Order: sequence, then C-alpha cells, then structure tokens
Amino acid sequence: MALPQVKQTATEARLAAMTRPDGAKWITEIREAALARVSDMGLPGARDEYWKYTRPETLVQPEAPQAATFDDDDEQLFHEFDRLKVVFVDGVFSAEDSDDLTLEGIEISRLADVATQDIHWAKDLYGTLETNGQTPVQRPLAALNTAYAADGIVIRVTGAPSKPVNLIYEHRATGSDVLLHHVIKVEEGAEFTLLENGPAAARLNKVLEVDIADTGKFHHIRAQGRDHERRAATHIFARLGRESAFKSFTMTANGALTRNECVIELTGDDAIAHVAGACVGDGDFVHDDTVFITHDAENCESRQVFKKVLRNGAVGVFQGKILVKAGAQKTDGYQISQSLLLDGDSQFLAKPELEIYADDVACSHGSTSGAIDETALFYLRSRGLPHGIATDLLTLAFLAEAVQEIEDQDLQAEINTRIERWLERRRG
Amino acid sequence: MLEIKNLHVKLEEEDKQILKGVDLTVEAGKVHAIMGPNGSGKSTLSYVLSGKDGYEVTEGTATLDGEDILEMEPEERAAAGLFLAFQYPVEIPGVGNMTFLRTAVNAQRKARGEDEISASDFLKLVRERAASLEIDADMLKRPVNVGFSGGEKKRNEILQMAMLEPKMCILDETDSGLDVDAMKLVAHGVNALRDQGRGFLVITHYQRLLDHIKPDVVHIMSNGRIIKTGGPELALEVEKNGYADMKAEVA
Repeated sequence: MALPQVKQTATEARLAAMTRPDGAKWITEIREAALARVSDMGLPGARDEYWKYTRPETLVQPEAPQAATFDDDDEQLFHEFDRLKVVFVDGVFSAEDSDDLTLEGIEISRLADVATQDIHWAKDLYGTLETNGQTPVQRPLAALNTAYAADGIVIRVTGAPSKPVNLIYEHRATGSDVLLHHVIKVEEGAEFTLLENGPAAARLNKVLEVDIADTGKFHHIRAQGRDHERRAATHIFARLGRESAFKSFTMTANGALTRNECVIELTGDDAIAHVAGACVGDGDFVHDDTVFITHDAENCESRQVFKKVLRNGAVGVFQGKILVKAGAQKTDGYQISQSLLLDGDSQFLAKPELEIYADDVACSHGSTSGAIDETALFYLRSRGLPHGIATDLLTLAFLAEAVQEIEDQDLQAEINTRIERWLERRRG
Repeated sequence: MLEIKNLHVKLEEEDKQILKGVDLTVEAGKVHAIMGPNGSGKSTLSYVLSGKDGYEVTEGTATLDGEDILEMEPEERAAAGLFLAFQYPVEIPGVGNMTFLRTAVNAQRKARGEDEISASDFLKLVRERAASLEIDADMLKRPVNVGFSGGEKKRNEILQMAMLEPKMCILDETDSGLDVDAMKLVAHGVNALRDQGRGFLVITHYQRLLDHIKPDVVHIMSNGRIIKTGGPELALEVEKNGYADMKAEVA
C-alpha cells in the first residue's frame, strides 16, 4: 500500500540524510531488510494512532535539533558500584574511557567489530526481535535503527558474571545524532545485570534486543537525564524462554522528549517480566512510556508499574498493553500507571489496554492522576516539616512503588537518592 | 502559655460560624480538659490552633508564650512548640515512620537554630521512648500509620509528641477507639511528659480518659463557646447528667 504523501516525503528526506555503515554480508542483508521495512512502513507521523499523544516530528526530521550539553555537578551514577564500564561518546564506543571488556561468564564485543566478522552468533539475533516486534504495531524508528546503527554492544552471557556491565553515554557535541543498537543473549541458567546512564546525544535512537533462554535472568536499571534538551526514542525488545525473568527499571529526569518503548514476548511457560519506570519532569518535558507485553505461554507473570511526577507544564504519556494469546492460560498480568501533577499546568495522558484470548487469566490495570494529598501534607507540616520538604517526602513516597521494583536494595537506594536530589534542587 | 481570647471562627467555604467567642488560658504545667457534645466546636478549635486550611478567623487572638500563632504556617507553630495529637492520625504510604520522625525532629531543630540530632542519638532516643509505649521495631519501620490498629495509631501520636517535646500539647479525642489497656499506655505516655512546665489541652467526650490523665481544669464547650469552667468534678457531673442541664443553665 502506498504511503500517504506527507509520510513518504518525510521518510525519504530522513533516509537521504543517512549513511549506511559497512559490514559483512550477513549484517548488510539484515540492514537492507530493515531499510525495506522502513520504506514500507514510513516513519512515524503526527497522524499515526500510536503517536497520538507524543509528536514524532523532531525524532523523524533529517537533522537532529541542537541540544546543549549538560554539565553534571553530581557524581556519576553508580560510581560506588563495582561494575564493568563501557563508554560511548556521542554514540561511538570509546576504548580509552572503557574498562577491559573481559569478564568471566560473559562475552562482550563492540557491534562495529562484530559487523565486520564473516560469521557471528549475533546474526541470528540482530534485528530479529525488532522484526518480530513490528506486529501487530509498527515501530519504524526501531527498524530505522537496525538499518543504520553502526555501534553498540553485543553481549552473550553464559554464566553469572561477578559484576554488572554499565553502559555510560556521554554527550559532547550539541548536534550529535546517535543510533545505538545493543544485542544481549542470556543463555540457559545465566544471570546478568545491565546498567545504563548518562546523556547520550542531542538526539538518540537506541534499540536493545534481549533474548533470554530458559531459566535465564536479566536485570536492567537505566537512568536517563538530567540533560534538558535531549530527544530520545528507545526500544527494548525482549523474548523470554521458560522460567526466565526479565526485570527492567528506568528513571527519567528532564529531557525535551523521551519515548521509551518496551516490547516483551513471553514465549516459555512460567516466565516473569517486570517493567517499571519513575520519571520526574519540570517544564519543557515530554515523557512517553509505551509498553506492549505479549503472553504466548502458560502461567507467566507480567507487571508494569509506571509513575510520573510532573510540574510546570510537563507532559507524561503512558500507553500500555497486555496481549494474552489463546492458550496462554494462567496468565497473571498487572499494570498500573499513575501521575502526580504538582500544578494545574501539567498533564498526563494514559491509554491502558488489555486484549485477552484465553479464558483462565487474571489481568488487572489501573491509571490515576492526582495532586498532593492535602491531608497528609497538613499532617507532616503539623509535625514541623516545612511545606517543601513535606511535599518532597510525599513525592518520593508516590514514586516508591515504582522504585521498589528494583530488586537490589543498594541500586534502589542509589536511584532514590538521585530523585531526592532532583527534588531538592527545585526546592532551592 | 496558651492564651485564646474571644476567638471567632467560620468555615472558609461556607458562611457557617463554628466558634463564637472562645476564651481560654492554659498555664504552663497545667492540664486543661475540654468536654462537650458533638458539633460543639472542640475539634475545630484544635485544627484552627494547629493551622489547618479551610477555617477563617473572623475575630479574636491565640498566642503561645505571647506569640501570635494564628499568623504562622503549621510548621512554624510546630517549631514554636505546639503539637496536635490527631483524632484520626493520617496514613502515609511510602513514608517510613522512622524517616518521618527523624525529618520532623531535625526540621524543628533547624527552625529553632539548633544542630541536627545525630543518627545514633536519635535511634537511641526513639527506641527508649517507643519501648515505654510498647511500640516495636516493626512499627517504626513500617510506613506512617499504614496498617496500624486504632490503638497503634494513637500510641504513634504520643511517640511523636515524646520525640518532638512540644511546650503545648493538644490531644484531640485521643481516647476514641482505644481499649482500656491502650488508654492506660497513652495516659502513661502523656503523664510522663507532664513535668517540665508543659501545657496540655485534652479534648474528649468522656470522663474515662480523665481518670488516667488528671486534669487541673475542666471546660465545657457547647455551640462554639465555653459555657462552664470548673475543677475535675465537672467531668464527673457530665458523666452523670450529660450536657443538657448545663446547656439549659446558660440558655
């Protein structure tokens, strides 16, 4: 079917501005196929249903809008944790800033290197989950990423590495337009934690594909921010085998536009997928969490917990779907999305969806928007807590349900401290 | 210490006068009780004194040690030494009881220009004072009042009072929802704080709390005014005859 003219023009303009990276035959074929998908679908436009609440223009336009680099006065997130650092500067792997990539129980390579090899296990995974994730809802920005991303990290986890891998992104050029594509394969029985933080670019398009084999476990803690002007479209595509677990948490602070899509497919019985997010936005801030979880096996559990604190005209969006296929009996699905609106200017737009074709399932969903609880606020103030501190305490309490989704107590505390400081800065 | 003169209060949202000229002075070291039928304005008085929104003072004054408290924010009143034990303590999910107590103690210290209490000193103090109210470590760890029984909530109020060491304590129907044992614990906690010149204003429907917290002065409130003031015997009279006779007397 021919694309609408506007979409066709916008897509062609963007593609004309891009250069396809060189690579071995296998990846070139994958990239060409992805490019064909992009041309078929067209890039997102303002009239697309899936982009009803978040305007995609700046993510699609040929040139990345300029974004000032952010000078963080805070210590680097996770700096007190024992971790293996992998640093990308404006989307390019920096060996100089990174740790040695050897770690027992895990193989870590750079996508740019993998792409030149004639044979690599990644050929069965790179772009595969992204392709699967294109139905029933199209995600053209992810296909664009598969077609053009030149760098990223490729990880195979075979055991239980002694420390997490920390992807650290640095943004140094005001006009950097970055595509990163990471591929992670967690083998049977293996367990792995991935940390991500740092402003990546003026405009970031990132894809993370995670394939978790039977009984494998994957933990993911990501922090976006505190850069103000970035635009980012990120996709996580995860496929879960029997008795496996996928747990992902994202903290987002600031950012002109962030769209985080998470597409999870539970393909083996008794698997668990938890995805959570806590975001804080002040002023020129649009944050969109779009989640699509497909239950295609029995007795699986999925959980979505998203909390947003919005002020001074900030906008929060949540589109979350649970699809239970016929035969996915004993599914346990839970979804909650809530916003705390600290003033009358901010808004929260939520679209929770359930689509169920099995008859023996338990699925629940809820969505709320509210202000600070005045009764609780008075109670705290009557004990001597100044208005600002009392409000912050209640704000942290509101976010707690999402932050507590992080299993590791130390990482949970680390994230909490950052949110606390974000609130403190605004208290002046 | 607490001096209320000719206090008139109406609801902000509607034209309804609740307090119609309350005069009351609580001296340092004294316990005053206010009794009265439902709707007489007792709780309104406690809310107005602690600074809750929704009320408008149309006439009169309230001072604590000579300072006008009606002009202050709720947190300033707390730092000045005023404490209200709530009739319905508020549940605050997500805020740990211990965090709340420490933040409150330090906020008040800061407001008074004092140093913050060290974490270890604070912990020692909380444990000691919690123990005397039979509040266990688990209750201290849980979110503020969440999942607490009625009695636990009231004991938690008294623990806050014990930690904050206010000058002037208002207890709003602290006996409601308490069984005898819990009431004794609460009364014990209050009595332990009675020394050192603290003032107490104890609001209650029933005489039974006053068996355990012996008042110096008893006031009867009705229709927004204090209609009768006397000694502890007044409470016994209410218990026996109800409020009807007194209301008839002033009518």
